[in-house]
Amino acid sequence: MANISTLNTTAAGFDAVSDQVASGPRGRKPRRTLSPRNIMLYGTLFVFALYYLLPLYVMVVTSLKGMPEVRMGNIFSPPMEITFEPWVKAWAEACTGLNCDGLSRGFWNSVRILVPSVVVSIAVASVSGYALANWRFKGSEFYFSILIIGAFIPYQVMLYPVVIALREIGVYGTLTGLVIVHTIFGMPILTLLFRNYFASLPVELFKAARIDGAGFWQIYFRIMLPMSLPIFVVAMILQVTGIWNDFLFGVVFTRPDVYPMTVQLNNIVNSVQGVKEYNVNMAATLLTGAVPLIVYFLSGRLFVRGIAAGAVKG
Amino acid sequence: MTNSVSIRDLSLSFGAVKVLQDLNLEIRDGEFLVLLGSSGCGKSTLLNCIAGLLEPTDGQIFIKGRNVTWEEPKDRGIGMVFQSYALYPQMTVEKNLSFGLRVAGVPKEDIQRRIARAADILQIQPLLNRKPAELSGGQRQRVAIGRALVRDVDVFLFDEPLSNLDAKLRSELRVEIKRLHHSLKNTMIYVTHDQIEALTLADRIAIMKSGVIQQLDDPVTIYNRPVNLFVAGFIGSPSMNFLHGELAEEGGRAVFRTHGVSFSLTGYEATEPLAPGRKVVLGVRPEHIHVDNHEPGAEMHDAVVDIEEPMGADNLLWLKHAGHTMSVRTGGAKRFAPGTKLQMSFDMSVASLFDAETEERV
Amino acid sequence: MTGHAPAKRPNQLFRNLTAKIASIPMILIALGIFLGGSLWTVVYSFTNSKLLPRASFVGFDQFERLWSSSRWIISIQNLAIYGILSLIFSMVIGFLLAALMDQKIRFENTFRTIFLYPFALSFIVTGLVWQWILNPEFGIQGIVRSLGWESFSFDPLYNADIVIYGILIAGLWQGTGLVMCLMLAGLRGIDEDIWKAARVDGIPMWRTYLFIVIPMMRPVFITTLVIIASGIVKVYDLVVAQTSGGPGNASEVPAKYVYDYMFQAQNLGQGFAASTMMLLTVAIIIIPWAYLEFGGKKRG
Repeated sequence: MANISTLNTTAAGFDAVSDQVASGPRGRKPRRTLSPRNIMLYGTLFVFALYYLLPLYVMVVTSLKGMPEVRMGNIFSPPMEITFEPWVKAWAEACTGLNCDGLSRGFWNSVRILVPSVVVSIAVASVSGYALANWRFKGSEFYFSILIIGAFIPYQVMLYPVVIALREIGVYGTLTGLVIVHTIFGMPILTLLFRNYFASLPVELFKAARIDGAGFWQIYFRIMLPMSLPIFVVAMILQVTGIWNDFLFGVVFTRPDVYPMTVQLNNIVNSVQGVKEYNVNMAATLLTGAVPLIVYFLSGRLFVRGIAAGAVKG
Repeated sequence: MTNSVSIRDLSLSFGAVKVLQDLNLEIRDGEFLVLLGSSGCGKSTLLNCIAGLLEPTDGQIFIKGRNVTWEEPKDRGIGMVFQSYALYPQMTVEKNLSFGLRVAGVPKEDIQRRIARAADILQIQPLLNRKPAELSGGQRQRVAIGRALVRDVDVFLFDEPLSNLDAKLRSELRVEIKRLHHSLKNTMIYVTHDQIEALTLADRIAIMKSGVIQQLDDPVTIYNRPVNLFVAGFIGSPSMNFLHGELAEEGGRAVFRTHGVSFSLTGYEATEPLAPGRKVVLGVRPEHIHVDNHEPGAEMHDAVVDIEEPMGADNLLWLKHAGHTMSVRTGGAKRFAPGTKLQMSFDMSVASLFDAETEERV
Repeated sequence: MTGHAPAKRPNQLFRNLTAKIASIPMILIALGIFLGGSLWTVVYSFTNSKLLPRASFVGFDQFERLWSSSRWIISIQNLAIYGILSLIFSMVIGFLLAALMDQKIRFENTFRTIFLYPFALSFIVTGLVWQWILNPEFGIQGIVRSLGWESFSFDPLYNADIVIYGILIAGLWQGTGLVMCLMLAGLRGIDEDIWKAARVDGIPMWRTYLFIVIPMMRPVFITTLVIIASGIVKVYDLVVAQTSGGPGNASEVPAKYVYDYMFQAQNLGQGFAASTMMLLTVAIIIIPWAYLEFGGKKRG
């Protein structure tokens, strides 16, 4: 019965091993939520988050206080008595120069500037990007290189020639002129964006359409456009925030009665006459920042994609 | 009979890089021609030139006797099928098929008729209202072929149409393409890097390297009588065995000598006299080396089994012989343990000899 | 060949004609505005244009006057301080935040949203908020004093010596989120296997970052550097909103100098000369980068 005895010893050996296993580490390694590493990690992130959130908080609480409370308390204390008076005043009554109809005027000016500028700049740039990606011709890459280098040239260098050009064609100081300016200076980044996107589409689609006999515009409208919705959204986010936030072109290329919101805001807040109404100022600031903030919070990841692409704009 | 497609002295360079050099090619009406080569050999470039998607630097292209060198792709009477299918993602299958016809302003009834015919041939009627994203790879490629079909063209161009499919689908669609060619009898030009596709589909194969056609022949000739070392090594899997040595004469017969061993060349059809002393490379395919069922009177050589690779239908042996390692294909039934000593013989009638310098067939 | 003449012999000029017509706006902008406009400004910086551009050349007069103007010197100094510090801080903070965000943390999206939202705001809004927070009476200084530390002093916007740091704080608040995003994208682009290998080899995390990851991210760093740097040169709105160049002219910057001379002081020549100097500054940043990035590859 040697067989049985060996069998037993092996079985006993097995038991010993399995005992050891049962008492040793098993399954998932336990992790403490409050490990020093996590405290450091989340602590640091939290402190930074506070620094980034603080100004937004200050804007909101200040804009909800009455002036006496602003003068008494500190800027971080929450309002004891919430009032929307500053918001109403900022929107409808705040004065810039002789006009006392509030930021609403600037808001509507900005909207009137924004809509055509976004449409025209994206239309022109998308067609250029498409031509660059799919219809290369002699010199096309050269023009594109100049365009990209142009993205790094300080606007100040090109400002006055543009003023002259617009004056020559008689649109200096008009809405049309400003739309042209936004189209010009939006060109490098948007063209880059569209060119790279169209170039990333399978080139065989373009070839197939050529063999199907489609021409430049047919391929653009019937093949490329329907496939490019995401990149158009990215371009729109980029342009809406960019044009809304513009200050320099607004100051240089428009007259006071058509000043965009940013310029009017700056004039309201930094005007030297009268008593400083900090609560109204903060409400006005929030109102001006609201449009890009809403775009930002709604678009989420697409915004990140847009700025990663638009980073060249600098 | 006119040639369907003629390429005359075609050259194409991108800057200083010459992709195609003085290329001449006559493709017969109704022929299935395969352009075969590894990536970067210029085969896709040539196809794109024929399609009119790339402009040649020099030379001419004729389709159906008409000089189309400067024609737009749509006016060349060609249809093209791409590796990535290139279906327009936002259009249904039907719209994909009809896009070219709508652009050309073909009457509605005519479009309907042609789509129905193509759908019938390719059996894609149930798919007509689906979007490309809802189709499997094989279905997509069928639609892509359909798009060429509805255009009623003389010449079909295929740019690696099966490379994106898995092995099983690939062999299925391969058969379908062959069937399609038999029923349509159109001229088809087919680019691939897959030699199995080339050998199974082609009436003639053009093997390309560095923008030059190395050999243009029917598959059997390409396989058995490669014109140079490159073609010999490129076609066949596992690859042909190459033995480096020199020609000699023994007893009035030409022999190939390597590492002090002589192989009789009796049975080899030389293209020129076999001058002794010439450095040559002997190429023998794995299935042309026998380790059993020797021909009567065959010359025997001793060899030792190094490694055995059973592959199901057959067996691949790696033999050591006089400093060479050779692969040999044997029947699947008989097994050989490593270290087994055995005797092998070469089938010289289907072997190849190449000049060691020029690498051309001797 | 046997007389198969093609139907139409395409002229190279008319090939893809539609594409060329559609590209006219781009060509006009590239050549007319970006190239032509910049050259025009450079040429006219050698004239004594006042209210209107006049082609009467005066050599380097405008540049001599520019470099002897104390306001321009201050502008350049401010730009240098602001530029160097904001490069260092935004890179360090941006990378630190990105590295923290890359630790497979929870609420990553929330944190990213918080760090990036200032970037959506204009410099005007940024400047005005920080003007308010740094207000000596009601802002940080006022609060600390009200807590009992009466001698505490932190009033950058009213102190000519440190005003540029006040602007720096606001600028960093607005722009670090972008740097973090770029860095995070760079970190995410690094092969997971690198981390696995480092972990198996027992290399501590900080060493992996310092000696493996950061060197691998060289292109990301350089691109980020160029982006921030070319943005810094343009800084204008932030100063206008936060300090209007004050107190006195302690926080002037070149871009503001250009604007003021071109459109307010009606001294175009000075404006052109100053903007030419800005162009030169950017060229000094961009050309070596462009050479490194694109010049070397062409010979490949």
